[in-house]
Amino acid sequence: MKPRSKRLVLIGVIIVAFGFAVTLVLNAFQENLVFFHTPTEVKERTVAYDRTIRIGGLVEKGTFKREEETTTVTFNVSDGESSILVSYTGILPDLFREGQGIVAEGKLLTSGLFVASHVFAKHDETYMPPEAAEALKRAEDKAMAQPAEQAVLESVGKGE
Amino acid sequence: MLPEIGQFLMVLAFCLAVIQSILPLLGAQRGQLSWMRMAPNLAWAQFIALAFAYGLLTYAFIYNDFSVAYAASNSSINLPIEYKISAVWGGHEGSLLLWILILAGWGVAVASFSNNLPVAMSSRVLAVMGMVSVGFIGFMVFTSNPFDRLMMVPLDGNDLNPMLQDPGMIFHPPLLYMGYVGFAVAFSFAMAALIGGRLDASWARWSRPWTTVAWVFLTFGIALGSWWAYAELGWGGWWFWDPVENASFMPWLLATALIHSLAVTEKRGAFRSWTVMLAILTFALTIVGAFLVRSGVITSVHAFATDPTRGVYILVFLAVVIGASLILYAWRAPKVGMGGGFSSWSRETVLLANNVLLVVACSAVFIGTMYPLIIDALGMGKMSVGPPYFNSVFVPLMVPLLVMMMIGPLVSWKSATFKASFERLYPVLAVGILAAVVWPLAMGEWGLIPAVMVFIATGIVGAFVVDVLPRIKAPDLAGRMAKVKQLNTSWLGMHVAHIGMAITIIGMAMAAGYQSEKDVRVVPGDVVELAGYSFTFKGVQNVRGANYASQYGTVEVRENGELLTTLHPEKRTYDKHMGMPMTQASIDRSLFRDLYVSLGDSVGANGAWIIRVYYKPFMTWLWTGVIIMGLGGVLAISDRRYRVKIKRRLTGRREENPAVVD
Repeated sequence: MKPRSKRLVLIGVIIVAFGFAVTLVLNAFQENLVFFHTPTEVKERTVAYDRTIRIGGLVEKGTFKREEETTTVTFNVSDGESSILVSYTGILPDLFREGQGIVAEGKLLTSGLFVASHVFAKHDETYMPPEAAEALKRAEDKAMAQPAEQAVLESVGKGE
Repeated sequence: MLPEIGQFLMVLAFCLAVIQSILPLLGAQRGQLSWMRMAPNLAWAQFIALAFAYGLLTYAFIYNDFSVAYAASNSSINLPIEYKISAVWGGHEGSLLLWILILAGWGVAVASFSNNLPVAMSSRVLAVMGMVSVGFIGFMVFTSNPFDRLMMVPLDGNDLNPMLQDPGMIFHPPLLYMGYVGFAVAFSFAMAALIGGRLDASWARWSRPWTTVAWVFLTFGIALGSWWAYAELGWGGWWFWDPVENASFMPWLLATALIHSLAVTEKRGAFRSWTVMLAILTFALTIVGAFLVRSGVITSVHAFATDPTRGVYILVFLAVVIGASLILYAWRAPKVGMGGGFSSWSRETVLLANNVLLVVACSAVFIGTMYPLIIDALGMGKMSVGPPYFNSVFVPLMVPLLVMMMIGPLVSWKSATFKASFERLYPVLAVGILAAVVWPLAMGEWGLIPAVMVFIATGIVGAFVVDVLPRIKAPDLAGRMAKVKQLNTSWLGMHVAHIGMAITIIGMAMAAGYQSEKDVRVVPGDVVELAGYSFTFKGVQNVRGANYASQYGTVEVRENGELLTTLHPEKRTYDKHMGMPMTQASIDRSLFRDLYVSLGDSVGANGAWIIRVYYKPFMTWLWTGVIIMGLGGVLAISDRRYRVKIKRRLTGRREENPAVVD
């Protein structure tokens, strides 16, 4: 081969390899994006069942239960509006408490139970996991928006 | 009074850095020798000012001066002295001061070891380093003053975050920063070469040792962080693809590409523009790392308190650095030329492929790290990209890279044939296949990934053996020893680093493939069986530490009925952080396996606890491999040619053009 065609082959090989890598990345990306949902969204059933998702919120007070003889625990995660029953087997993070913000990663069963494979709590006393904070905010915004909307509708109604 | 002096010194250092970034550069452009000569002195002055400032901050920590807000929030009276000293870099402001001090330290090192460089070159390098200093010192002076005072002086400080009260804290950040900041030197050399318009083999030779030193520090820093997470967090993992881990790993990947590409530029004059590009990108990624950690966009073990102005400052700084360097690149690089040609199968080709793969791997990590942040910043929802993504992209990209690690050293420069490259490898490949069959079987079960990794690791070591044997061939032992002494250290360094990588790979593959773990609920007296070891839980006592209360567990480990060791996993509650218990795993390490126990939660009244027990084979290999890799880097830079040849070249030039050099 002439040097020029050799170089062309080399460039061709690099492009093919690069294409392969890009495919690999995009594929893995598509499959492994973990979307975050609030308990309310989960309740409203807008969530896929076969994917790993994250949910976040506060661990509802008085709902934490430990099974006898195993390491499985169950608790409710709430955003103030709705709450979801979560089950988790294993060791909880050090800062897991009732009333505190956590994020759980896992799959939603058709029964409505969320089976967590990981539970994340905050890293120290001052921070809340951003996703848990987001869940509370979304629920709060919604709660704020609804009465406001109604008030607007009512006032409009009165006006007419 | 002292903290105010510290503040003054920081401002002084800022002014010195401004002068350092202007005067020597102008001097180099205009041939003003006296202006260029200022550069080393300015670098020293800046370093001394910052060192004093740093000393004053440390003084505030050691002598409990809680009128300094930063000391009050990161230290306390009862904090042990070693942690008082390391608490200085336990928060945003102090760690930034350490960062800047190290940057100035690199500047001083460049000033001291650059007597052999043409003075115009070293002046430009120091000027660019001055600009980098301006950026970082400005960041501290304008957004994050560590010497801010409190109006109401508290009696005691808030104490260092319990998670940071660990020996890892003493070494991990300084080593990591040495690495991070070191790439500012590689960047400055590249910029100086672009400004001067001389990008040749001698430029590559000058910047190569600096890049390698920074790479060694970053390698050690990352490994130490990983080792720390493994022992401290109690999760038994050693890499989590956490955004901040990625922030240090991305520059590492590019820096690894850079040291290989520099090799080509030095030896063969090829890849010049590409090498410069890599130097720019590696440095840019270290700033991206600073942004991720210091802007508050992520919550993590590493993230510091949130303050939007800091994030904005770093982003602007990043934009200026990338913008300015790319403009310079676009302007100057086309004149650089392609350098030496090479055929489609040669050492250059293999190293080109190495570079492409490393850059692609780095981009994949970048996408996975930044995408969720960007989506979140745009308000398009929250999501995360977990370890499965990184693993499924990273492993397939690493396999060809590692295969080339095995072949590369046997391929000759410029032009090679497949026959010549692979001829010597046949016995190695045979041994590799044998090992790939036997080793995983010996671990209990054959698996594809462990087998591939064993094959590659054996191949890398084998490639060294077949490469070194002909070089030390001699009739008698004395002759062989003499030849060993003559071996080129930089060549040897390459092989040693590769072998270190091979050992690390074995550690990773075995630990990932053959670990076993159990989370169990136990009462005192219970026995947990795992991987042929029996763990007897003896209970948990309350014990008092210097500034914490500990729930101190005792677990006896037996093998074949014989007591092997007693492990003490702990759960500590620090006095100043009652709401934040810390799990302290207890690990018995040995050459072929780690036994790892950590305490979960106390459950029930009869002394019942949940404990996690791990059997992790070959973990020690992972860390040992990294140490060997780093030593390889050290060997590579101890090569004589970095000292001797530079001098010879320069004496040559001095005769040609005495006015410029002296």
